[in-house]
Amino acid sequence: MTHLQQIRPALTLFVILSVLTGLAYPFAMTGAAHMLFPHQANGSVMYHHEQAFGSELIGQNFTQARYFHGRPSATMGPDPSDASKTTAVPYNAAASVGSNAGPTSKALFERVQATVKQVKDENPAAIAAGMSVPMDLVMTSASGLDPDISPQAAFFQVKRIAHERGIAEASLTQLVERMTVHPWLGWLGEAHVNVLQLNVALDALRSR
Amino acid sequence: MTTLGWVTILVFLICVIAMTRPLGGFLKRVLEGEKHFLAKILGPVERGIYRLAGIKAQTEQSWSQYAFAVIFFKIACFLGVYSLLRLQGYLPLNPNGMAGISPDLAYNTAISFLTNTNWQSYSGETTMSHLSQMLAFTAQNFVSAAAGIAIAAAVIRGFARRTTATIGNFWADLVRVTLYVLLPACVVLTVFFVAEGVPQTFKGAVSVLTVEGAHQTIALGPVASQEAIKMLGTNGGGFFNTNSAHPFENPNALTNFVQMLCIFALGAGLTNMFGRMVGKERQGWAIFAAMAALFVVGTGVLYWSEAHANPIFASLGIDPTLGNLEGKETRFGAVGSALFAAVTTDASCGAVNAMHESFLPLGGMIPLINMMLGEVIFGGVGSGLYGFLLFAIIAVFMAGLMVGRTPEYLGKKIEAREIKMTMLAVLCLPLVMLGFTALAVVVPSGLSALSATGPHGFTEALYAYTSAAANNGSAFSGLTANSFWNLTLGIGMMIGRFFVIIPVLAIAGSMAAKKMAPPTSGTFPTDNGLFIGLVIGVILIVGGLTFLPALALGPIVEHLEMLRGTLF
Repeated sequence: MTHLQQIRPALTLFVILSVLTGLAYPFAMTGAAHMLFPHQANGSVMYHHEQAFGSELIGQNFTQARYFHGRPSATMGPDPSDASKTTAVPYNAAASVGSNAGPTSKALFERVQATVKQVKDENPAAIAAGMSVPMDLVMTSASGLDPDISPQAAFFQVKRIAHERGIAEASLTQLVERMTVHPWLGWLGEAHVNVLQLNVALDALRSR
Repeated sequence: MTTLGWVTILVFLICVIAMTRPLGGFLKRVLEGEKHFLAKILGPVERGIYRLAGIKAQTEQSWSQYAFAVIFFKIACFLGVYSLLRLQGYLPLNPNGMAGISPDLAYNTAISFLTNTNWQSYSGETTMSHLSQMLAFTAQNFVSAAAGIAIAAAVIRGFARRTTATIGNFWADLVRVTLYVLLPACVVLTVFFVAEGVPQTFKGAVSVLTVEGAHQTIALGPVASQEAIKMLGTNGGGFFNTNSAHPFENPNALTNFVQMLCIFALGAGLTNMFGRMVGKERQGWAIFAAMAALFVVGTGVLYWSEAHANPIFASLGIDPTLGNLEGKETRFGAVGSALFAAVTTDASCGAVNAMHESFLPLGGMIPLINMMLGEVIFGGVGSGLYGFLLFAIIAVFMAGLMVGRTPEYLGKKIEAREIKMTMLAVLCLPLVMLGFTALAVVVPSGLSALSATGPHGFTEALYAYTSAAANNGSAFSGLTANSFWNLTLGIGMMIGRFFVIIPVLAIAGSMAAKKMAPPTSGTFPTDNGLFIGLVIGVILIVGGLTFLPALALGPIVEHLEMLRGTLF
């Protein structure tokens, strides 16, 4: 076989293998996924009275004092006042991004300093009780869409929400404990709480 | 650091060890064209493909024919992917209306995927149509991985055979690996990932009204089918910008663990296939042991680094017990992120589940070192093994020099031609990594893309070219690649791939032609602790001496400045 005779198999195999692995395989998998796990295949979207209010796996930006807050997010989006610019849009699930700030970045230090102050101002009762600020409430996640916080970060916010909602702290603590996902089989992964699902349960608690 | 963290690392290593032998046996049967259960089912498909492409699978190729086949195939891949990306605005399966890709980005991306690097100068969910993600990226993930394994098999044949001119047939190797190894495994993995929450749909983004009443647009797509091959083929190019950190790519700790196992699976299996094909599994386990030792040390340092909070923040009253969480996901934490970062850079995967740029300086240095060592710690599928064999050749050469005998590996004499080829392959990587970094930190168009200043900015540039040349694809992603970066990184990726593949195939060709000498009392054994120690030493000395000055200017000085509390 001369070298040039290899051009035909190169071209035909490129086409055949591309069609097999780039079209047939994902199409077949999409079909199978919709038969077996339609909820997950379509993004684990949750509905309330037929209105989609979020995905189980994607975090949302909670700012109101009566809800548990998630982690800071570094995602950006188009500026509503000037479409050619971008501005901070936390939890923009159409454009995931991390801060990519390095450990000796001055901008990172100033950002964390400001966030720590904000978290302390929002949770005076927790600070007064001697709790220190949870790391995850002041550090941005890798995806900007982290749905979870640590149980410590949830407990830290209990006093504020109890005060805002007029619910006993004990029942909120219980709720956080009930919603905590523990490491898989006791060893794999970190304990965490899904903030969106926690807040949905929180609203349900109130209406009961 | 916690006990459970160390348990996670230990269980991971045990799982890799357990997979190695069965996978090695199956890979050997596939690549030697022997009988196995999948050939009974998919055999007609294999033969149909040969007929359509005009391939005679039994006709063996010389090393140069094999190399030409690889190069022609890669040229076809480049042209196909480049055209697809340029034209994506006119093509179907584009629910979010993505426009065509600019020439420099399409060039960079095509090179990136065909070299199994999967460096991404773009952000997936805001740039690429579903068709590009599938037909360009998912397909290239398969064939670039299959090509890597094929080349490794050809190189092993060179060592295993004697006095012959041929090392296999590239087309048959390519088809068999794709059809019998990658596709069936990915079908199973895709179903698993979807069950755990990874989306698999052709729909565009969905809009939701959040609990607080804001609008949120959630990008979706055929993610799971790409996720499976992205990990198994050590490709690493994410569907989304934030890759395996995105909850849709990697929803929980179990998927995280499985993804890490997928990265090492075939690389580890190939060490065993090597042992089986050269007639002594112990030879494969010696390679495995050297790789595993380097893996454990790197992972330990990375975990130690990331389990600590950044000392610069100590005065702010933050609870330090969870470690450095900037750029990490809660569900993975310090150990899940550190282990993933070590695994993805030991192998040439480059998927990330945490932002390497936000690691503490020494934590970020370990991925960098892993790549600088040539990604031979299990490594990319195929490329890890043939990369390691280059170091094994240098190791036996040095042992030969020390005792004054002609060096031998597996009964074959290592002579001037093999050493020249080995040095060519080994030296081209530092040339790209250091040369381009030096260029980028002096020209304005290089500097303007960096997001950090001071030593961290230097590390950002060094990391980019190291990742490109090593065909890894992970990044210090603060870098916003412009056309200067797209061009130079593209060149780096090509040199890093082909200036290793061609010399290594040439070595395979000359090894296959040699006679095999029976071992004597003077033969240096290559399946014991002495050899393992020697080859680790060679890997560290070649990597250490070449890169130490650059590391001192980047992460090491940054670490010292961090301890002093300096900000940049």
